[in-house]
Amino acid sequence: MSAPVPAVRAPAVRSPGGRLSLRVHRRGALVCAALAAAAVAAALAGLALGDYPLSPGEVVAALAGRGDGPADVIVTELRLPRVVCALAVGAALGVAGAIFQRLTRNPLGSPDVIGVTYGSAAGAVAMIVAVGARQSAVSAGALGAGLATAAAVHLLARRDGAVQGYRLVLVGIGVSAMLLAVIDSLLARGRIEEAREAAVWIAGSLDGRGWAQATPLVAALAVLLPAALALSPRLAVLELGDDAAAALGVAVERTRLALIVVAVAIAAAATAAAGPIAFVALAAPQIARRLTRTPGPGLVGAALTGALLLQAGDLAAQRLLAPDQLPVGIATGALGGVYLAWLLASERRGRRRA
Amino acid sequence: MSGDRLRAAGLRLAYDGRVVVDDLSVSIPDGGLTVVVGPNACGKSTLLRGLARMLRPRAGAVLLDGAAITAQPSKRVARRLGLLPQSPVAPDAITVGDLVARGRYPHQGLLRQWSADDERAVAEALAATGTAELADRPVDELSGGQRQRVWLAMALAQETPILLLDEPTTFLDIAHQVEVLDLLAELREQRGHTLVAVLHDLNHACRYATHLIAMRDGRIVAQGPPGEIVDAALVEAVFGLRCQVIDDPQTGTPLVVPAARDGARRRA
Repeated sequence: MSAPVPAVRAPAVRSPGGRLSLRVHRRGALVCAALAAAAVAAALAGLALGDYPLSPGEVVAALAGRGDGPADVIVTELRLPRVVCALAVGAALGVAGAIFQRLTRNPLGSPDVIGVTYGSAAGAVAMIVAVGARQSAVSAGALGAGLATAAAVHLLARRDGAVQGYRLVLVGIGVSAMLLAVIDSLLARGRIEEAREAAVWIAGSLDGRGWAQATPLVAALAVLLPAALALSPRLAVLELGDDAAAALGVAVERTRLALIVVAVAIAAAATAAAGPIAFVALAAPQIARRLTRTPGPGLVGAALTGALLLQAGDLAAQRLLAPDQLPVGIATGALGGVYLAWLLASERRGRRRA
Repeated sequence: MSGDRLRAAGLRLAYDGRVVVDDLSVSIPDGGLTVVVGPNACGKSTLLRGLARMLRPRAGAVLLDGAAITAQPSKRVARRLGLLPQSPVAPDAITVGDLVARGRYPHQGLLRQWSADDERAVAEALAATGTAELADRPVDELSGGQRQRVWLAMALAQETPILLLDEPTTFLDIAHQVEVLDLLAELREQRGHTLVAVLHDLNHACRYATHLIAMRDGRIVAQGPPGEIVDAALVEAVFGLRCQVIDDPQTGTPLVVPAARDGARRRA
């Protein structure tokens, strides 16, 4: 037998004792660094641009706490929480989408499909129209309804104590359709001002997001994202099919449930902060996978892509039609339609070639 | 016999209350190549899944190294016992090298993600299955025979002393079937692995098995070395097939020749 050739083209990093060892996908690491740099650049642009333009120097000074008067307030109280919301919501949707797509083995798998998004939307609309609630009560309603919907979909999709990915998708689509009807009937009954407010919420917007939304979201993600990363190696094995995963020592049902709970919580927290923003959860994981070409679930790449997409989208939504403000969900939704058509067309071409 | 590492006692296995295997006891000889044969739906794949803890027994137990397999941490079991399922799923666009590397999961942890052992085991598994030159190719582009060898490489990379295989030759042409079976025989002889395979082809089973288990209706009809147990009466009892059993001209093991239709019999 000849000398073993490195079977996997990825250099390894190992500590001398061998207790710590990692595989480094050079391309993946470079792409992630570039995505992070682009997201930071987009965030700085978001802090600088607006009706009251600031120079990069003024932005940095304000962030460091050495800003003067209006610049300080504009950056830290008005623009920073919105930028933090955009980055956090984008990262959250990217990770939730990546987990759902891997779990369902379906590039169209996303929190929308599992019903979380419409559940959250129905909860928020009910709070706005039926209760007349505002701001944090709306977010709380969205969070609660999103989690409840995911639990209901999961229970309905269960069969013989196991949940198959495709059943989750089918039940999720059915429940989403029902929730859409609930939302429409709420909007039809509500008063016109409330209905309008609810419609903006449903489109998904970062307009007027402050620390009241940003802080709880960042706190939730500080717990949920590391949990998702810790589950990532098990997700990679689960992709091989239930029997193969069990043979490799993964507790299939428990792991799948843990992944669903974490992904649903991430998606619900993001939706509670910004409304159901279309397309990011769907596209970010796919774009990240094509850019990094790493074999694993690629949660880090999906998070960075999602953060960049949403921050750049929000920048465009704010500035393109200024002074009119477009909800970012409409911008991402319009892009999403184009992307979806391209994905379906290229998948079909790929099939035919194979 | 009672010292074997993998055993089952009074095993009852069922899907949704439909009992497929009942009160089955078996001991898998250490260092042997055990082949399970039987007609469709006789419970042979179910037995294999039960032995690999994929199905929780309704009664009885599977014992690995003397303790109930379902009571042991699953990841620790996975370092001693592997299973190649009938239809595993290759993730989209994964390369051969990356797929085989996933077989190392039970040896990895949060900090220990890619050790020198992992790298060596993957390279050896690729070399042993003749798939090293495919390492950079996407799995979706391979032929059925290549793909089966890649899955076998993944199971080998797991480096378990006991390996169960559910119909490892099913989608292969005859040359690739023999190739896979030769590889299993080599693994047993050179590395002392304990192997259990479900096979459809009775003649392959007779030629390669050191221990044959013949099943029907969820029960073991006969077991032992093929040369001692396979005769026309057993084949008729298990498969309901009239046949003649002769010596394999290559190996001297039993060769099952199905009886011809009355009209098609050659006049001697």
